[in-house]
Amino acid sequence: MAFLDALVQLLDATIRVSVPLLLACLAGLYSERAGIFDIGLEGKMLAGAFAGASAAAVTGSAWIGLLTAILAAVFLGLVHGFASITHRGNQIVSGVAINFVVAGSTIILGQAWFRQGGRTPSLAGPARFEAITLPGAEALREVPVIGLIYSELISGHSILVYVAFLMVPLTWWVLYRTRFGLRLRAVGENPAAVDTAGISVTWLRYRAVILTGVLTGIAGAYLSVAQNAGFVKDMTAGKGYIALAALIFAKWKPVPAMFACLLFGFLDAASIRFQGMAWPVIGKVPVQFINALPFVLTVILLAGFIGKAIPPRAGGVPYVKER
Amino acid sequence: MAGPAIELIGINKSFGTVRANRDINLEVERGTIHGIIGENGAGKSTLMSILYGFYQADSGEIRIGGKTASIRTPNDAIAGGIGMVHQHFMLVENFTVVENIILGAEGEPLLKRSIGKARSELQRLEREYGLDVDPDAVIEDLAVGLQQRVEILKALYRGAEILILDEPTGVLTPAEADHLFRILRMLKDQGKTVVLITHKLREIMAVTDTVSVMRQGTMVATRRTAETTVEELAELMVGRRVLLHVEKGKASPGPVKLAVSGLTVRDQRGVVMVDNVSFEVRAGEIVGIAGVAGNGQSELIEAIAGTRRAQSGAVMLDGKAIDVTGHADPGDLRDRGLAHVPEDRHHVGLVLAFEEAENSILGYHDKPQFLKGPLLDVEAIHADARDKIEKYDIRPPNDRLRTANFSGGNQQKIVLAREMEQDPGVLVVGQPTRGVDVGAIEFIHKRLIAMRDAGKAVLLISVELDEIRSLSDRILVMFAGRVVGERGPEASEGELGLLMAGVVKQEAA
Repeated sequence: MAFLDALVQLLDATIRVSVPLLLACLAGLYSERAGIFDIGLEGKMLAGAFAGASAAAVTGSAWIGLLTAILAAVFLGLVHGFASITHRGNQIVSGVAINFVVAGSTIILGQAWFRQGGRTPSLAGPARFEAITLPGAEALREVPVIGLIYSELISGHSILVYVAFLMVPLTWWVLYRTRFGLRLRAVGENPAAVDTAGISVTWLRYRAVILTGVLTGIAGAYLSVAQNAGFVKDMTAGKGYIALAALIFAKWKPVPAMFACLLFGFLDAASIRFQGMAWPVIGKVPVQFINALPFVLTVILLAGFIGKAIPPRAGGVPYVKER
Repeated sequence: MAGPAIELIGINKSFGTVRANRDINLEVERGTIHGIIGENGAGKSTLMSILYGFYQADSGEIRIGGKTASIRTPNDAIAGGIGMVHQHFMLVENFTVVENIILGAEGEPLLKRSIGKARSELQRLEREYGLDVDPDAVIEDLAVGLQQRVEILKALYRGAEILILDEPTGVLTPAEADHLFRILRMLKDQGKTVVLITHKLREIMAVTDTVSVMRQGTMVATRRTAETTVEELAELMVGRRVLLHVEKGKASPGPVKLAVSGLTVRDQRGVVMVDNVSFEVRAGEIVGIAGVAGNGQSELIEAIAGTRRAQSGAVMLDGKAIDVTGHADPGDLRDRGLAHVPEDRHHVGLVLAFEEAENSILGYHDKPQFLKGPLLDVEAIHADARDKIEKYDIRPPNDRLRTANFSGGNQQKIVLAREMEQDPGVLVVGQPTRGVDVGAIEFIHKRLIAMRDAGKAVLLISVELDEIRSLSDRILVMFAGRVVGERGPEASEGELGLLMAGVVKQEAA
């Protein structure tokens, strides 16, 4: 049973670290499926984390924190849209700029407002999303295997974890079963086809970047108001980029995106768990190596294991009506 | 509704200082096929884009079915019963046919019912017009002709009464084009109005009832097709008399310059594209290779020119072998006097982002006359480019203009000037007049004949049968990778057409 306990704990950690990846990955999916590359997921998430933690600290309400996080990320999404849709700017440059601006300004604002070295005050009680215990979790705890899985793995997460995983089927449904999804996929492949069909390319793409903002905002709020109890500088730590890698890995499809994020999350969780552990034959492996493992594996997986990932054809290209 | 299907009155449109359309008046009768012909850049596409709401006219009036219409967006045009089949298809390539059909005309937020409705509507259209296509096929898996059919279905699904087709045959094989014309006639019989934009005279004569000619942004004439001739239309288009068939004397073939024997080429998938092909080209003759696109002609000339590796066979240039199965080097072949005008000037023949002068020496940039020590002799290059511009009448005569800004015909002249001015012994030419204006076609044909008369060996491939027939001294027909017959230039179109379709009569044994 010790092995099972360890495994469940590892998987539980996997879920927790996968959530921000998953939300950011789905956020990127909306944007990139519409033809707007978004390397600024990282920045939007970080802005969301900071805004969420700040608002929660000031108001004492996690929900207001979440709302503020979403607003901040949507605002940055609109900035990206203004640069790359309205002004047809380079999407990579705009995204990178957002990342830089957010990385710097969150620390400056944090220091100016809270004077805790760029951190936000520690959150507690209703200012934080607490774990939810699902009905029957306690009662089932003693049932072998299933009880353990239900009470430890499935129950006992914050509301945002469930939101993140519910977003997967929802995104699938939006993408493949609704008019909006059809048009969103079309505008990322051939905006001219959308334009000649009498649909506004601009409005469609703006809606996509707004959705990206909403989801990165939730991801940020999860980091600072649910998983942790406050904002720490650079707390996204490259998750936005890993989410982009997962998006490519999943070939821009929602369900594979979930599995890709779970895989990267698992590697991350495992690297924490195996730190300092002595392995048979190899002995003790340096912490740095373990930490680098998810990234190394990402490169290997992306390079060789998924076949050709074809991005949306119009991705990264501003739409200009041809003469 | 009474009155003509479309009336355009005094349409003007400028882009910056360029007046694309000047005081255009046009009347299209209901239930007819109306051709609009003109050279590239004459303003045909602009005019139709105004009608489709893609652009706004600066001034003028549009009437649909006798009533003044305000068309500001494609939506207005669609609502007015206008459908457009663009030159470059407006299809989402990884969508299915039915998804493309409903895009923008879904009707409700959820797809399930709109797809169901589209399916039954497609069945009705198939019954009425014989336009069958698998609704669940993915666009990129369909042949170009079928993709075009999807575009037509898209317009009909939106209730189009007036169908505009912009250069619809540019991407089609002759057989597919004939099929398209049958569809257009059927649409006409069902009471639809068709506007066909093209720069190909043959198509106008083949399918239209009425034809309007545009030149430099103005509408110069409208004729009943039955009462006009190809010669008259060509003259109206270009503004001067045009020779549609080049005059040429009898060839006086000299020694063999290029000898191909048993050449076999496979493509990337391993499919045999050129199958044991042998022929010779002598000095002072033009050998034309006819065939429907995709029957191995492209791979054949690429192998000869050293840009594609052959699996077996031999090619001799002036009696010396070219290493076609190994690493034939196109640069080396140029030095040996084999010049190559590739089929695809945009991707192979030119670097569109370069200045004209740079493209006019591309591949010959390491010749001593263009070098000053290790550096390019910029002055010499520009002097040479200006010289070629004058000789080949390349317009605009600006050797510093980006190549992308030249028209198709002038781009082709840049390639031809580059290859011909090196005075090669053998010239391999692919599709010399694809997407080229009538005026430029005449010029290019004359140059090719002049090459022949100067004692060069010319190997020509073209999907335009007229071109093959008017230029070649000998015609080889390729079908499924094999040369299925050789004919003289007097061979009839019908006879060659049968060979191109793979119908080989029993040759005298």
